[in-house]
Amino acid sequence: MTAGVKADIRVRGPWTLALERLRNDKAGKVAALVICALVLLALLAPLFSRLTGHGPAEQFLDIGLSPEGVPTGPSRRFLLGTDGLGRDLLVRIVYGTRVSLLVGLLASGTAVLVGTVVGIAAGWYGGVVDRILSRAMDVFLALPFLVFALALVAVVGSSLTISVTVIAMFSWASVGRIVRAETLSIREHAYVQAARLLGASHARIMFIEILPNVAATVIVYTTLLIPGAIVAEATLSFLGLSVVPPAPSWGNILSDAMAYYRVAWWFIFFPGAALVVSTLAFNILGDSVRDALDPKLDHDSGAAHEATP
Amino acid sequence: MTGRISRDGAKSDVLVSIEHVVKEFKVRSARLFARTKDIVHAVSDVTLDIRRGETLALVGETGCGKSTLARCVVRLHDLTSGRIIFDGQDISSASERAMRPVRRRMQMIFQDPYGSLNPRRRVGSIIGDPFEIHDLARGDERIRQVRHLMELVGLNPEHLNRFPGDFSGGQRQRVGIARALALRPDLMVCDEPVSALDVSIQAQILNLLGDLQEELGLTYLFISHDLSVVRHVSDRVAVMYLGTVVEVAPVHALYTHPRHPYTNALLSAMPIRAAERAGDRTEVILAGDPPSPMDPPSGCRFHPRCPRAQARCAIETPVLTRRLHDASEHVTACHFPLADGESLVSEAPAMALS
Repeated sequence: MTAGVKADIRVRGPWTLALERLRNDKAGKVAALVICALVLLALLAPLFSRLTGHGPAEQFLDIGLSPEGVPTGPSRRFLLGTDGLGRDLLVRIVYGTRVSLLVGLLASGTAVLVGTVVGIAAGWYGGVVDRILSRAMDVFLALPFLVFALALVAVVGSSLTISVTVIAMFSWASVGRIVRAETLSIREHAYVQAARLLGASHARIMFIEILPNVAATVIVYTTLLIPGAIVAEATLSFLGLSVVPPAPSWGNILSDAMAYYRVAWWFIFFPGAALVVSTLAFNILGDSVRDALDPKLDHDSGAAHEATP
Repeated sequence: MTGRISRDGAKSDVLVSIEHVVKEFKVRSARLFARTKDIVHAVSDVTLDIRRGETLALVGETGCGKSTLARCVVRLHDLTSGRIIFDGQDISSASERAMRPVRRRMQMIFQDPYGSLNPRRRVGSIIGDPFEIHDLARGDERIRQVRHLMELVGLNPEHLNRFPGDFSGGQRQRVGIARALALRPDLMVCDEPVSALDVSIQAQILNLLGDLQEELGLTYLFISHDLSVVRHVSDRVAVMYLGTVVEVAPVHALYTHPRHPYTNALLSAMPIRAAERAGDRTEVILAGDPPSPMDPPSGCRFHPRCPRAQARCAIETPVLTRRLHDASEHVTACHFPLADGESLVSEAPAMALS
């Protein structure tokens, strides 16, 4: 955080105050810890591979599968059991975390970037610019996500880049709409008029006056967009439209598990749990962030510590 | 005060000429799926001069178009028709680029000290904006200038790292004044600069504005609905009613012998101390509300509420001219102006509402 607090420690900006509130939120703290753990898992995935001695795509046809060819359950050798091809489920899920987080962050990051710029531009310029950009947002909100993804993959083949692109393409418009609405109300504020009176350029007004004021909304929306993107990626890879096997992702592990759920509960339980826990963590963090940045709360505390003259 | 007024006449004495300014807003009709758009006549044919170094007050009820007129003067609004001449230059249709050098010479102080400062930015950075936008000072020099401005308006320069939320209303208004002063403007539009403040703070801000005017030779266009404030600060007063100027006069003349019945009613509604209420002062409370600016009355816009109105008022629009034996700068737009010492006796409109 850009605390920027130099000599005067009493200066607490709106962002610092929000961070302080966030620190006092227990649920938010737990969620943030879970997310940190997930990030660590993703970063340290090769370490898991090294410690267990099992590669993410390495098959153990002799010990990883029962004589009938059914996955073996959790054991000392395979902590979370094995999958249908006798691969270590733990290592595969940990590697899958990389895919999920990468896609989740990249896709929502792109969506937020595009959505914010488009939303501010539409809201600030208004008129024809607004009409064109708003219709574009309508179009992207109206397109059916899965049908479009299927069609796209059929044409260009499945890859991680494609899933990021597709997910971002279908998320930016909702960000854009919210930012546009917010911009419409901010542009009426006297400080925007003051900036115009000083001769500020359009870019300056949009990025220095308006952006910091939509940032709170955007941050909240980003944290709520990430779990959506993670689920969307899982959906795509479940349908075989994302990472190419044998590379693991939570979605394609779940897809593989569909054939075994009667005999190997761990096969479907652990990747499913990973998906649920991570999306839940992002959602709870999003809620806490929203509470921390809530303008109502902001107002109250603003009145509470009136400065001495 | 009077010395300034006597200097009038010379062309260069006028800083801003407002010539036949009309501002209309198109609003979507209230009816669903209606094709037609309604027009709000916010400002209708206003002509007014602002002289160098004076304080011209613009008074009137909420919604009479005084703020709109001020925003037209500084070109926050585009005019529907008419001209604004700023120091000899017609700026009424100047492009945003052509306006840039003029922007440095006209600034504005806003009514709401909470809305006029970006809550996410430090006040030092807000006050430094003018220097940054016009590239006048950078780095340490800019900080030095910002500190100087903060001192000028009575703020502690050590507080430049604080956020607007850390300041009281009066202090925020000072920040807004510092920002407006940074470019050393000639014209300062004060849009109800004190009406959102506590009475005790109001006096401080008004005194600050007065000191700054003396020190920097500022010209103020001072908008207010508070007649006691106007009496205190202004040299001349223009009274607006429903988008038109009904009377312009030096402050003393306006308060002692108003000519327009509306001015009379407005002044009589001013709260005064009981001790002053001696004698013949009668309070006139006009019947009804101002008509909608979407459908303004014909002729004199005040005629449906005017106790002195006659048939002529509904047909012929009165123009601002000298009435009775007034001085040349006291002009009134009324067919039947009040004589000296005369006051409205009836409160009921003379003509049936049509």
